[in-house]
Amino acid sequence: MHNGTDKSEIQKIWELLATVKDPEVPVLSVVDLGIIRSVDIEKKEGDKTTLHIHITPTYSGCPAMDVISIQIRMTLLEAGYKNIEIKQVLSPAWTTDWMSASGKEKLRAFGIAPPQYKVGAINQSTLFAEEKSIICPHCGSAHTQQISEFGATACKALYKCLDCFEPFDYFKCH
Amino acid sequence: MSVTETNNTTLFKYILHLADNALILGQRNSEWTGHGPILEQDIALSNITLDLIGQSRNLYQYAAALYNQQSLQTSDAIAATAIKQLTQDVDEDDLAFLRDENEFYNCLLVEQSNGDWAKTILRMFFFSNYQFLLYRELLKSIDSQLAAIAEKSLKEVTYHLRWSSEWVIRLGDGTEESHHRMKLALQDLWKYTGELTIPSEMETLLVSGGIAANLTNIQPLWREKTKEVLEMATLQIPENNFFPTGGKIGRHTEAMGYILAEMQYLQRAYPQSKW
Repeated sequence: MHNGTDKSEIQKIWELLATVKDPEVPVLSVVDLGIIRSVDIEKKEGDKTTLHIHITPTYSGCPAMDVISIQIRMTLLEAGYKNIEIKQVLSPAWTTDWMSASGKEKLRAFGIAPPQYKVGAINQSTLFAEEKSIICPHCGSAHTQQISEFGATACKALYKCLDCFEPFDYFKCH
Repeated sequence: MSVTETNNTTLFKYILHLADNALILGQRNSEWTGHGPILEQDIALSNITLDLIGQSRNLYQYAAALYNQQSLQTSDAIAATAIKQLTQDVDEDDLAFLRDENEFYNCLLVEQSNGDWAKTILRMFFFSNYQFLLYRELLKSIDSQLAAIAEKSLKEVTYHLRWSSEWVIRLGDGTEESHHRMKLALQDLWKYTGELTIPSEMETLLVSGGIAANLTNIQPLWREKTKEVLEMATLQIPENNFFPTGGKIGRHTEAMGYILAEMQYLQRAYPQSKW
């Protein structure tokens, strides 16, 4: 059961979590990315009160997830919480559809094209297809071309702009 | 052993089978990192491999939790000395790096040598085709953790299947040399594709319990997709009907020993080492 105090405490924890940044893309927080599934406070006697944080991995092999878990724990410890349980929950599977609009804007400002379509809108199995008309984050042109499906990280593809000729990363719809 | 003990041990070995497939193929593919024919494809294969290792981690974590919670250390789930000697709970790393060759349950296909790019992408195609259908079946598993891992992995394997299908077509329907190399790769690897959809005893047991993927459902779909892509690649399915098995019960080809010797050396030479 939550009373008024509990609600604002949960709100404070979400705000704390919004300070934990993606180590690869430091303009994005784990909240922007939709990595935090839920926050719960289990009130107990003395200082045994436990925080339950459920997180979801983005890609199965994402090497940043371990670092992110550690950072979440550190941030909450520094804020005075003693007992923190972070649980990875796989289902429902994470999707770029969960990325916030402000998150997408931050990506664009950072020079990475944000996911442009809703996941259901594209058939992922079609051979020799590529996500069309990805907007160049440098000049805004839709006249762009994919160089490689996989970029420096599993979540990104490599594109180039045929108008301003700059290469850029595209955060793939997943 | 009681019925429950047998069931837990069987489930444990099934999870290891799924994890071992991903890990050993990951280990093989990672031999290409830094040596790919062109930069973008070196990166592509490395990222695919990262997905595979991530899948194996999710599966080994689940297997370790099962091993600890069901006290499988008192059963015959694992015989390897290095595991038996552990005094604390096992974790994902123990399962990957301290088991012996005869307790790895990956298929023979994934342990084969990489050969050239043609052989590597053809292996990836055969395997991704199988993994895609397998994970889709596992979505229906009554084991909710397996279903969750399958749901997560399926999204990534969809990319793997697409990437490898495109390469099979590019090289098969490419130049005279690329077509010739694909023919050789096909002759080499075809015999290992049978085992993918031939159920082992543990799989048969777990299918009847609604846990494991039913390979009988997968087999015709695997054949259909393979035929479709090979035809587009102007390649012919070999006539050969001899399909060696054994990987799923820990009986491997000569290649496996070398893979483990390299992969496990550090962890065995420096027990309890931390990264």
